[in-house]
Amino acid sequence: MIIAIPRETAEGEARVAATPDSVKRLLDLGFSVVVQAGAGDKASFNDESYRQAGAEIREDMATCFKGADVVLKVQSPTDDELALIPKGATLIAFLKPAQNAELLQKLADNNINALAVESIPRISRAQKMDALSSMANIAGYRAVIEAAHNFGRFFTGQITAAGKIPPAKVLVIGAGVAGLSAIGTAKSMGAIVRAFDTRAEVREQVESMGAEFLTIEVEEEGSGSGGYAKEMSQEFIDAEMALFREQAKEVDIVITTALIPGKPAPKLWLADMVDSMAPGSVVVDLAAEMGGNCDYTVPHQKTVHSDVTIIGYTNLPSRAATQSSRLYSTNLAHLLSELTPAKDGEIDLNFGDEVIRGATVVKSGEITWPPPAPQVSAQPKKPPKVAEEAKVTAEEKKEKRKSPLSIFVFWAIAAVLLLWLGRVAPPEFVSHFTVFILAIFIGWQVIWNVTHALHTPLMSVTNAISGIVVVGALLQLGATGSGLVTLLAFVGVLVASINIFGGFFVTYRMLKMFRR
Amino acid sequence: MNGMIAMAYLFSAVMFILSLGGLSSHETARRGNIYGMVGMAVAIIATIAGITSGAYWMVIIAMVVGAAIGLSLAKRVAMTQMPQMVALLHSFVGLAAVLIGWGGFLDPRVNLHGSAHVVHSTEIYLGVFIGAITLTGSLVAFCKLQGLVSGRPLMLPARHWLNLIAILACIVLGVLFVPAQVNAATTLNLLVMTAIALLLGIHLVAAIGGADMPVVISMLNSYSGWAAAATGFMLGNDLLIVVGALVGSSGAILSYIMCRGMNRSFISVILGGFGSDGGEVSDEEVDGEAIAIDQQELADDLKAADSIIIVPGFGMAVAHAQQAVSDLTDRLRGMGKTVRFGIHPVAGRLPGHMNVLLAEANVPYDIVLEMDEINSDFPSTDLVLVIGANDTVNPDAVEKPGSPIAGMPVLEVWKARRVVVLKRSMASGYAGVANPLFYKENARMLFGDAKDSLQGVLGKVCD
Repeated sequence: MIIAIPRETAEGEARVAATPDSVKRLLDLGFSVVVQAGAGDKASFNDESYRQAGAEIREDMATCFKGADVVLKVQSPTDDELALIPKGATLIAFLKPAQNAELLQKLADNNINALAVESIPRISRAQKMDALSSMANIAGYRAVIEAAHNFGRFFTGQITAAGKIPPAKVLVIGAGVAGLSAIGTAKSMGAIVRAFDTRAEVREQVESMGAEFLTIEVEEEGSGSGGYAKEMSQEFIDAEMALFREQAKEVDIVITTALIPGKPAPKLWLADMVDSMAPGSVVVDLAAEMGGNCDYTVPHQKTVHSDVTIIGYTNLPSRAATQSSRLYSTNLAHLLSELTPAKDGEIDLNFGDEVIRGATVVKSGEITWPPPAPQVSAQPKKPPKVAEEAKVTAEEKKEKRKSPLSIFVFWAIAAVLLLWLGRVAPPEFVSHFTVFILAIFIGWQVIWNVTHALHTPLMSVTNAISGIVVVGALLQLGATGSGLVTLLAFVGVLVASINIFGGFFVTYRMLKMFRR
Repeated sequence: MNGMIAMAYLFSAVMFILSLGGLSSHETARRGNIYGMVGMAVAIIATIAGITSGAYWMVIIAMVVGAAIGLSLAKRVAMTQMPQMVALLHSFVGLAAVLIGWGGFLDPRVNLHGSAHVVHSTEIYLGVFIGAITLTGSLVAFCKLQGLVSGRPLMLPARHWLNLIAILACIVLGVLFVPAQVNAATTLNLLVMTAIALLLGIHLVAAIGGADMPVVISMLNSYSGWAAAATGFMLGNDLLIVVGALVGSSGAILSYIMCRGMNRSFISVILGGFGSDGGEVSDEEVDGEAIAIDQQELADDLKAADSIIIVPGFGMAVAHAQQAVSDLTDRLRGMGKTVRFGIHPVAGRLPGHMNVLLAEANVPYDIVLEMDEINSDFPSTDLVLVIGANDTVNPDAVEKPGSPIAGMPVLEVWKARRVVVLKRSMASGYAGVANPLFYKENARMLFGDAKDSLQGVLGKVCD
């Protein structure tokens, strides 16, 4: 089959769906690859490097698409582009199936199979194909870079001869992939980073990146399915807003990444918060494309309100086109290898495969979106609750052990039993019993000190010394009573001797072997 | 004379305590063994010296024969057979306790009345009872470990009821026996009880599967101690009481440690209700694919790794692979790599079994670590070699609350960068639970006999 890689035509789109490296991987899968001239120019991959990797270069899109079986793109195709894609071919790109029902219909009408990369289920196995995550990572990084570019100060604190430079304070709202990436980048530039997320489970991840996790005093768990957040209650939102208002007076940079699938982005950074920020502060809104988390956000634009710069750029990954093209094309190569299990260059839209089923939005002229709900969440389910339970059981155990009453009752009963025994038993028995109990306690203390590694020698040596019953047999043998008693005692001495000699000797053999 | 003998016994008792105390470290262990021998020699000499009649020749014959048998057994036993050896020795203690109990019962010199008689009879009865259980229980354990009978648990219908009935019968007989004077009826009574206790010992241990043997053996160790203590009470001999108490508590502590290692409750073990959930096969499937590798790949992995932890299990003992493990360890250490061993408390069939096997193969004991010492080091380890261990490295115990082995402490080998499992086949371990470790992304399988595999790998590492 032939894979076609066109040049992206959307405005501001610098990425490309294949790099020379990914072309090699595709060739290994048995495909042949055709690349439109200049496809990789903006991402710093020239035609020559594609040719060296084994791709064929064709001048324009029409010739590039001619005879193609698979088309790899970044952005969804325009109507003109759509018309050029051969019928029966398969298109793989960011198609935004939730917002783009019209496009899906057109694809179905033209009998083009389509896989939307954002629909790949977010399960562990599909991580290597998860282009959303790899793009979000770049977006988070780039958000910090854009903020730094528009921020008039250092991120890191310094004390210089010319005065003290305070470190910048960065607040990241939403600790998804993009948020975590932004946290890591800002932290590595020396800023003080704080983060907020409605999902308590990300706290550890945030803290592992070196940021402070902000919390509010309302109990509500914000995890939805598939690793996304869900919408929160009014009470929660009020508490959240109060927290943000407080933070707005302190922080210099705000990066918002809050998205809820299939809904407009929630408004989290309101006009009054922006107004209360110090002049020169920067807000980067990564949710701009879905309407933005900030009141003042203008999608695709950088604007200034009350001396605060608000960045609403929508395609941040494209601003790091080389890196994002590399990651995206690798994701696609993994997806294609999933599609061609036989590595024979023939793709198979196998709906038995959860990943392929999830990604496919149009097949054989029919719209197959939305897919059935994902069955496995990549996130651990509600770990705080488990921890709580564990805490409860631990507390219960503690209580059980420490109840002074039960200890008292135990010893009281033991004392009564001892007194009773002392009353009825002959005095000789009492003295033997004393020895017995004290010996048990000595044994208890001594044995706990034995190292684990010597437990086998311990068993053989206790074996040997329990041969001490030979003493009993000897006494009986010495006192010639009846013939039967003598015989029993004789056998007793014999077997106990086996124990004594065998036990000590085998212990000796074992201990000799242990060396440092 | 009696005072001197009593002091000699006191001396022996002190020696025995020092002997057990010596085992607290490798450095003092050998000295401890010598203390034990001295204590025993003093006790025997003192006892023989106290014998008034001229039965010396019988004593000498019995002891010489016994010593010859004991020494030849101890000399020939292979370290992999230690569990059987220990079980067999337990049965001798049990047998001796039964014989001495019967001797004490039949001894015509004893003529006691009132509470002294009751106490004496109770001691005889208990001594014989515990001794008989220890005797047959240990013999069954020996047969299972030696492979003379199947290691699978024997599941009689209503087996708990059988045990209960047997114990109740013994109690009833005991109540009848204790106050009665010696005559034909009480003799029959004691005989019946001995038979019941012997059968009970067989049944108790027969119901327990092979991998629970560490618990069984330490329990029997404990029983043999209590049997000795009961004998001591019967004879009014403090030395026997002290030694019995020492051995009894030692065995009890060992079984407690073993139970903790398997996450079983001590009480349920004491009641004999253990092993009931062993051997059940769970039908739950683990999805995923176990990836097999060959010896060359393992050798390459070993060469590339800097820190290596080896986790041996019963499979190593079965394959007699300890020498091959040791050779490989020497080789890798010679190449400047950090090689250590992680030992699970219940690995093998005897407490501390793995340590003895590794010591036999000349692995230095300071690189052989306990589970608690090494568990936190797995995440920073390049390669873990699991040799014949299964349930003790099962991640389900930690990750899946519903699993039959949930809560059992395990060696967290899956946290290492790479795990290679040496195994004969994909069969599940003793607990009958599938092991998701084999399907983890960082896990690889090397199938085949552990000894052959390791020798092959050693050859390829040397190339």
